Amino acid sequence: MSSDVRFTDFKSDQQPTWCPGCGDFGTMNGMMKALANTGNDPDNTFIVAGIGCSGKIGTYMRSYALHGVHGRALPVGTGVKLANPELEVMVAGGDGDGYSIGAGHFVHAVRRNVDMSYIVMDNRIYGLTKGQASPTSRDDFETSTTPEGPQQPPVNPLALALASGATFIAQSFSTDAQRHAEIVQEAIEHDGFGFVNVFSPCVTFNDVDTYDYFRDSLVDLAEEGHDRTDYDAAKEKILDASKEYQGVVWQSEKSIPYGEKRGLDTDMSQVDDGAPEGAMDLVREFY
Amino acid sequence: MPADFNWAIGGEAGDGIDSTGKIFAQALSRAGRHVFTSKDFASRIRGGYTAYKIRTAVDPVQSVVDRLDVLIALTPRTIEENRDELHEGSVIVYDGERTTMANVEIPDGMVGLDVPLKRLAEEAGGAIMRNVVALGAACQVSGFPIENLDSALEKRFASKGQALVDNNKEAARNGKEYVAEEYDVDLGYELETTDNDYVLLNGDEAIGMGALAAGCKFYAGYPITPATDVMEYLIGRIERFGGHVVQAEDELSAINIALGAARAGARSMTATSGPGIDLMAETFGLVATSETPLVVVDVMRSGPSTGMPTKQEQGDLNMLLYGSHGEIPRFVLGPTTISECFWKTVEAFNLAEKYQTPVYVAADLSLAVTEQTFSPETFDMDDVEVERGKVVDEESIEAWQNEKGQFEPHALTDDGVSPRAFPGTVEGAHMSTGLEHDELGRRTEDTGMRVEQVDKRTRKVETAREDENWEPREFGDPDADTLVISWGSNEGPMTEAIGMLETEGIDLRFLSVPYLLPRPDLTDAVEAAERVIVVECNATGQFADIVEHDTLSRVDRINKYDGVRFDADELAAEIEARLQEVPQ
Repeated sequence: MSSDVRFTDFKSDQQPTWCPGCGDFGTMNGMMKALANTGNDPDNTFIVAGIGCSGKIGTYMRSYALHGVHGRALPVGTGVKLANPELEVMVAGGDGDGYSIGAGHFVHAVRRNVDMSYIVMDNRIYGLTKGQASPTSRDDFETSTTPEGPQQPPVNPLALALASGATFIAQSFSTDAQRHAEIVQEAIEHDGFGFVNVFSPCVTFNDVDTYDYFRDSLVDLAEEGHDRTDYDAAKEKILDASKEYQGVVWQSEKSIPYGEKRGLDTDMSQVDDGAPEGAMDLVREFY
Repeated sequence: MPADFNWAIGGEAGDGIDSTGKIFAQALSRAGRHVFTSKDFASRIRGGYTAYKIRTAVDPVQSVVDRLDVLIALTPRTIEENRDELHEGSVIVYDGERTTMANVEIPDGMVGLDVPLKRLAEEAGGAIMRNVVALGAACQVSGFPIENLDSALEKRFASKGQALVDNNKEAARNGKEYVAEEYDVDLGYELETTDNDYVLLNGDEAIGMGALAAGCKFYAGYPITPATDVMEYLIGRIERFGGHVVQAEDELSAINIALGAARAGARSMTATSGPGIDLMAETFGLVATSETPLVVVDVMRSGPSTGMPTKQEQGDLNMLLYGSHGEIPRFVLGPTTISECFWKTVEAFNLAEKYQTPVYVAADLSLAVTEQTFSPETFDMDDVEVERGKVVDEESIEAWQNEKGQFEPHALTDDGVSPRAFPGTVEGAHMSTGLEHDELGRRTEDTGMRVEQVDKRTRKVETAREDENWEPREFGDPDADTLVISWGSNEGPMTEAIGMLETEGIDLRFLSVPYLLPRPDLTDAVEAAERVIVVECNATGQFADIVEHDTLSRVDRINKYDGVRFDADELAAEIEARLQEVPQ
């Protein structure tokens, strides 16, 4: 790893096709800053991206990356990290990718607690398919596929994470550049699964959960004296539907990542030229 | 007396049928006899008919036959289920003190041995050993030295302490002695032993062992019958070689975790059955488009939908060849024997990495759950080759960078194969994606590049078709008028059927096809034959369709889709009957 990595080294030569003003610009900048600040470089970093506007992020960043199928980014990141623990693995996706089609994987990735970070660009809408309700849309949010609103409560991703045994839960706001980058950095530095739900507004299709809405309603936990290691306090904040919080809500002091528990510490890409030593013992076992 | 001996134990699921059968198979194998086993089992934990059958001989055995010499019947239904296979002089061992067996009727001409299995087991230390008492009784009637059973009991129970081993040995002796004292039967069976060393394993285990031999260090899977044994084999062993197994939350996750590990450079695999292949189909396309080497094992079972989960079928062929949207370069290998499950898995890893392409290994339930004996040299690890293809390192990567110094993971090459840089390789950072992409891995909808990338991926399969071996396995008389073609586990019964038909004066040429895509060109063989019969375990003749398509000919079909594998004499009779029909 070179020590003089700048965050712009993580930029690819591709121009984002996100709408002007999209929250994903800020989300991505914060991710790049956090990666650079934690001593990573593009050659030791693996970004996994899902499908949707957010899924394009892998294209706009420079690193090893896989842009996978819809909703399965977390399993891919899991495989990458376990097979080579030396890599910095960051999974990025949106609220549809993570909390709808990929919700099952979210629960189990949280449980597994693999040492990687998961950054969700939550705009509470399906943008790339031009404005349908997402799992985090409000229950009265009218869209082309939900003319009277979804009429079901939005998923609370932080609560879902907490119920699944998360060891790190945070929320940030893409336009609060410094705080967002700090929070993502903490997710990277966390020993285990670092989950950040990022309010990343859609300026084209969501006229409810806007920049103004988040600016007006956001409460920073750092300014509230919140103790992130206090489980009950975290639970209270997470279940408080009256406010939108920014900051690290919960961090377990007892987190032991999946790989560490199982002694996975080597790069599995190296293979012998023939059958590994001791392979004939496998045959003898069947005697 | 025939050269082979056929034995079975049957009862309800939960009766310990499987482990008892395995102990006897192990005993026979350790005594230097060849063994071929077959399981009838139900998809439930308790209840329902289940049986474990063993065919054994001094010479190799490749199939079950429809003859049963000794049957241990724990339930009346066991006798009913096997009625057609029992013959005059067959021995039925049962416990008349068991309420359900008290009034059991032994068919005419057969020898019923009423042995108080439970009581004799209790005398040795516990009723749970009643099946071992039955094994002792089986030793007595089959003329098999009980010392060989001891060796298998030691292997099975050693980890649970010497006392339990001794109790089991005593239970077996109680059974043997009871029969010797109470019954004056000499059926003339004499199961001779040899000094040969054999190993006994099933197809799932062979696949798992093949993966380890090939340097597979990563497995992600979700339990499903009949593929779970692959995962259970690897756990506890893969760690010795620096690898790891992940139990995923579903098959969607399993293939994506395995894909992630493969992107990181590990030799990676998942195994499942048809329903899992359905779920994995979308990601299979991503694996191919991102040019990731991945081995996906399909241990086929009876479908569609949940079908008959514990029954044999070869119904997934079309899905493996054509499944997932769009057009996907792929290899499909189909092991035809248990030992080939090992070798085809090794081959699958090499093909996957050399061509950066997903490889299906299509096994079937009959291979997966059947235990068979082999000499250890069958799995000579010195013969295992590992070929990783065009992997670049920090120095060689320079040759694959564009003028801006960017690495080209999807470079357009003559053979279609591009360089591969494992993450962590300096100057190798790149994107891979399921989107159509350019040489750098950046998405593109440029018409020219689209065509070039499709052609390049297709070209990999064409290169492999030229450079690799895709030959069928040949048996029988190469000049015979009748050609039989099959794939998968049918090879075993077919090779035995050839011998049976030969004694009837019918000569056959038999081609067993282990490569389903690419596959051998069978045109000459089909044209040279007067009659061509394709044998497979499905209803519609999926492989027969392919043979007709490839060779522009019509073929006869023998299809079995009742959930039960072919046995050798059944197959011989089917072929004989077919040959007596006037060709259409």
